[in-house]
Amino acid sequence: MSGIKVELKKKDADTIKEICASFDNKQDDLINVLHKVQQSFGYLPAEIQEVVANELNIPLAQVYGVVTFYSFFTMVPKGRHPISICTGTACYVRGAENVLSEFKKELKIEVGQTTADGRFSISCLRCVGACGLAPVVMVGDKTYGRVSPEMVKDIIKEYEDQ
Amino acid sequence: MSEYRIHLLVCGGTGCLSQSSHAVAESLIHEIKQQGLSDIAQVVSTGCFGLCEHGPVVKIIPDNTYYTHVKAEDAVEIVEEHVVKGRKVQRLLFKDPKTDKIITEPGELEAYKKQIRIALRNCGVVNPENIDEYIVRRGYEALGKVLAEMDPHQTIDIIKKSGLRGRGGGGFSTGLKWELTAINEADRKYVVCNADEGDPGAFMDRSILEGDPHSVIEAMAICGYCTGAGEGLVYIRAEYPLAIERLKTAIKQARNYGLLGKNIFGSDFSFDIDLRYGAGAFVCGEETALIHSMEGKRGEPTMKPPFPSVAGYLGKPTTVNNVETFANVPPIILNGHEWFSSIGTEKSKGTKVFALAGKVNNVGLIEVPMGITLREVIFEIGGGIKGGKKFKAVQTGGPSGGCLTEKHLDIPIDYDNLIAAGSMMGSGGMIVMDEDDCMVDMAKFFLEFTVDESCGKCAPCRIGNKRLFELLEKITKGNGVPEDIDRLVNLGNVIKDTSLCGLGQSSPNPVISMIRNFPDEYKAHVTDKKCPSGVCKALMVYEIIPENCVGCTACARACPVGAITGERKEVHTIDTSLCIKCGACMDRCKFNAVIVK
Repeated sequence: MSGIKVELKKKDADTIKEICASFDNKQDDLINVLHKVQQSFGYLPAEIQEVVANELNIPLAQVYGVVTFYSFFTMVPKGRHPISICTGTACYVRGAENVLSEFKKELKIEVGQTTADGRFSISCLRCVGACGLAPVVMVGDKTYGRVSPEMVKDIIKEYEDQ
Repeated sequence: MSEYRIHLLVCGGTGCLSQSSHAVAESLIHEIKQQGLSDIAQVVSTGCFGLCEHGPVVKIIPDNTYYTHVKAEDAVEIVEEHVVKGRKVQRLLFKDPKTDKIITEPGELEAYKKQIRIALRNCGVVNPENIDEYIVRRGYEALGKVLAEMDPHQTIDIIKKSGLRGRGGGGFSTGLKWELTAINEADRKYVVCNADEGDPGAFMDRSILEGDPHSVIEAMAICGYCTGAGEGLVYIRAEYPLAIERLKTAIKQARNYGLLGKNIFGSDFSFDIDLRYGAGAFVCGEETALIHSMEGKRGEPTMKPPFPSVAGYLGKPTTVNNVETFANVPPIILNGHEWFSSIGTEKSKGTKVFALAGKVNNVGLIEVPMGITLREVIFEIGGGIKGGKKFKAVQTGGPSGGCLTEKHLDIPIDYDNLIAAGSMMGSGGMIVMDEDDCMVDMAKFFLEFTVDESCGKCAPCRIGNKRLFELLEKITKGNGVPEDIDRLVNLGNVIKDTSLCGLGQSSPNPVISMIRNFPDEYKAHVTDKKCPSGVCKALMVYEIIPENCVGCTACARACPVGAITGERKEVHTIDTSLCIKCGACMDRCKFNAVIVK
């Protein structure tokens, strides 16, 4: 299994167990459980998946299969300021690709990676439903509309001290 | 509600929210309080008005004034002038993007003239977080009517006669779908609302759920009554937090009013709704994949039959309908099937919501009668192409649809005509492209999406689409040969014929339709190695205009491969055989001497 090796503290394992229990350890609720766990931990490394698999009594391979199937789940931690570039069709025809490459160039990371200082990560998402503002970039919960490659430096600067 | 003399509706759709419309609403509320007007003026946060390009939008009723691009600072002026003195704030009024004329009456809005709002009837009108406002607009009356006066069979009959077809893409008769579930005996049955809107560039389902969640809840209950289901599930994308929040609020309110739960309206009918979250997989829009995902598994489709109406969620009969389809149901029950079927074309009744986006002036959500032409949608409602550029193509149906061109502009839009023209209705994404968009690059964009989203279960889709993508990449890199075009078409047809589910069966549509409609552009790429739209980097040639070059050597120093030579203060030249087309020279040149051909 790829991803980052982490040592799970007992407290963390208990949190996961509690989440599973809140869904009565039902196997059908695997995806809902994973949503909740990712909300608490930020990502789903192998060690976390192991606990979930044990609690719901399903093979680890099945949990891994689900985690890797859905783009919403991630096995690497995102940056403190996750940058998401919309690459939906409307944004694409209005130049999202150039904005994306500018972010990659500025932060020197690829899509799906996190900067070494853990500050930024880049991901692509498909349509946030704000096509009137295309191209759209989200940093955390904040949306930036009509982004041009020239604006990228300033956007990054806003978060640099944080 | 009646004690208020004036209502200020602030658009709370995603487009406006991300431009801080919530701050506008807060300032308005604050200002109204300051002026002591809280008894006569009310600020309401509503769903999408469909004028996303001009957001944040504030609409004032009863005089129907639209203010666009409103900022929080403008609140003082709006309250002092409009609310207190009854004078419109001229500088914020909605302007016609074509004529720059100020529009003071909504009837003048080209964007509204041709629209008939059925599914979006309450979006931008009611406060989605207040069930009373929905009820005032005849909300839950259809459910009451069905439970009190009609049996399931009669109700299904009305939906069948109305001609309503699935708005999610397939266009299957909704009434028939309900009937197929109704006739199956089982101890439990389910109603599922498909809110996993995955088409990149479509946001109608999201807008309905955010703007009018109760219409979907009411329709799901009606469907439950008709099919004999006691439980409803909404499968919604986790990427839509606002829609989830509003839906949760609406479900809670409906339960408090006894409109969900046991013995609704004092009848024997009990029904409740729960949410299931999607996690970002386009294939989950396919109903069998969606059902697997709801069961906590990988969202891979399975062969049909058995159809979900026989064995769906947890193996029980299940009706799966899309958000927009459900939103159409209550008005049909209230106004009758004759009313609904009087709108539209022979085989496609009613209206369709489109997310009009891309290179048009008025990006937004529109609802138009079936049978309208693309020309009316793009040039009248959409206000034409941005920046006065030339229209090139429009993609309907998202990554599963095809592109349509100038010659298709006058065909009436309906399910069957779009398929005949090589595209499809899909969920209603409509992306307009202009002369600057390259059709090879666009096909590659859609294929990249499909390759990413293919679940990998069947070989034609998993391997075939990847090969299509590689061929297109080869062409955009300048390595294409004329035979590649035939290869694309042949392979595309094989994938369409042999894939397991709708995703693979439709994924080659963009490339096939683009080759059919723009053969010369594809030929230019493979034969002349030129990209007529100037998009494909590898086919571009960087040149230095001797007249502009002052010989500052900046470009030569910037070039990472040493392709630029020239003496100081003399004209430089680019060796195109070495050039990697990174564009560094162009960025660095202060004299506009570097151009791309």
